[in-house]
Amino acid sequence: MTKFLSRKESVDLASGYPMTMAEKIILAHTERDLIAAGDLVDVNVDLVLANDITAPLAIREFARIGVERVFDPDRIVLVPDHFAPNKDIKAAEQCKLMREFARQQGISNYFEVGRAGIEHVLLPELGLVLPGDLVIGADSHTCTYGALGAFATGMGSTDIAVAMATGKIWLKVPETIRFNYHGKRRSWVGGKDLILHTIGLIGVEGARYKAMEFAGPVVADLPIDDRFTMANMAIEAGGKAGIFHVDAATLEYIEGRSARTYRSYTSDPEANYVRTIEIDISELEPQVAFPHLPSNVRPLREVGKVPIDQAVIGSCTNGRWSDLKQAAEIMRGQQVHAEVRCIIIPGTQSIYLRAAKEGLLAIFVEAGAVVSPPSCGPCLGGYMGVLAAGERCISTTNRNFVGRMGHPESKVYLSNPAVAAASAVLGRIGGPKELNVNPEYS
Amino acid sequence: MTMRGRVWKYGDNVDTDAIIPARYLNTSSSEELARHCMEDIDANFALQVKSGDIVVAGANFGCGSSREHAPVALKAAGVECVIASSFARIFYRNAINIGLPILECSEASEHVEANQELEVELGEGIIRNLSSGRVFRAAAFPSFMLAIIEAGGLVEYTRQRLHNSLTDHE
Repeated sequence: MTKFLSRKESVDLASGYPMTMAEKIILAHTERDLIAAGDLVDVNVDLVLANDITAPLAIREFARIGVERVFDPDRIVLVPDHFAPNKDIKAAEQCKLMREFARQQGISNYFEVGRAGIEHVLLPELGLVLPGDLVIGADSHTCTYGALGAFATGMGSTDIAVAMATGKIWLKVPETIRFNYHGKRRSWVGGKDLILHTIGLIGVEGARYKAMEFAGPVVADLPIDDRFTMANMAIEAGGKAGIFHVDAATLEYIEGRSARTYRSYTSDPEANYVRTIEIDISELEPQVAFPHLPSNVRPLREVGKVPIDQAVIGSCTNGRWSDLKQAAEIMRGQQVHAEVRCIIIPGTQSIYLRAAKEGLLAIFVEAGAVVSPPSCGPCLGGYMGVLAAGERCISTTNRNFVGRMGHPESKVYLSNPAVAAASAVLGRIGGPKELNVNPEYS
Repeated sequence: MTMRGRVWKYGDNVDTDAIIPARYLNTSSSEELARHCMEDIDANFALQVKSGDIVVAGANFGCGSSREHAPVALKAAGVECVIASSFARIFYRNAINIGLPILECSEASEHVEANQELEVELGEGIIRNLSSGRVFRAAAFPSFMLAIIEAGGLVEYTRQRLHNSLTDHE
């Protein structure tokens, strides 16, 4: 069994006072005996991540630090996913620079196009992130890994350069907001709706600098893919991390993915939360975030008539197996509306392969959708579905800022995969119930 | 460190896609990024911004993506300092790490208008509105961050620390 030396074993014993799981994970990665929210601490990191957009800057800064080698070539992950497969010559040069750095440094976790996918779908799938890990990545959606009970947060390229050189980074220990979700989920309501509703409730800076701990009875029944979606969008409320406790679903997910040892941390009942928010979701409908902020949410019934030009199903938020499965259930035997382009983006090669083997690709193509290789592509207006002036797109991605998916006068509406798929068929924003599709799993 | 410049004023939640649209992230060249800075929300900015100008904005400046290209673009465009009532955390780190001075000050954000002239004393956190005569005080930096700023950024700070730990072992 390999073990990351970055972690202490005796956090609970050392502290003797109640802590949140985020505080415990951070403490375990310091040399200290005590920490409290607000402290600035140096932490040892388990994993350092960058992509084809952020790595080139990080590599340039790394070269200026004055060390020859990265701190540990097995704990750096480089994924070409944003503009890869290369969208143009400049993107090709950036990918080349990252690839050459990976070779030169002997970085084992470099994942080439064809063996890769969207970083935040790929890393958990490959077992590279486990409970209790402290992960930093030069991508704001690094917070996705909190779904597995890890503390993971996004940083910039210079921070990543320093962490690649030293294996350490400074952090401010965040305060934690706890969200307790109660009630029974209605059909076609998933993690995306819970997190959009939450962001609508607290606003795009409602959790600025804070860890968001997602808990309560609803979470206990929430599939792991939905947890990834929720943790992923913590940043959209300004959060530093989105984090879930480890339970049977987590253990089932990580089973067989890694030989590395891990440790689960649990928030103490008396832990000091800056705020606890109780959310009853019994009446919650699928949510749609209107332009131009993820907090600008409305329940599906209040959307009105919004014709769309494009529907995108994919991304680090909703490009996982269950997301595609849900979209396929809705699109089976249907036709994408004549005035809509529907783009499906499996998150990784293995999801793509499974979608091929289990007939999902056929459903999509027969419905008139196009299936893209794994890539961030249109989510950030890169390519593979960029919008023209005045166009509207419903998308399972995470941001609907001005110009996010293309022209500054285009509009992005965020939703779950079921709503995006139904909208693709309807030609306007609408839900699966309008197509009389019943959920296979509630 | 005293800075003096003309104000570009923006509202709340200026996101990093607004500061530098992702379609230009296929390069790390600061000059090229500067040419497209703020393009989608203010087409005049990149054309008219002058070296030494100051950006003043509302809450949550720099929210969204982790792209360091955002503070890099602002700095390369000539912006000497960003003042906002609050900053998104990744942008805050990135700005300090690359040596773009930033100050948190709600009062200044509220009472400063476009094209006014400001004088900023970074160490003291004092912002003087030379056009209106008002003076504002910004939140002080934690000493730890001031050390990074004084070193000239995180890379320089780390170089010094690595050098010191090497000489300690000798």
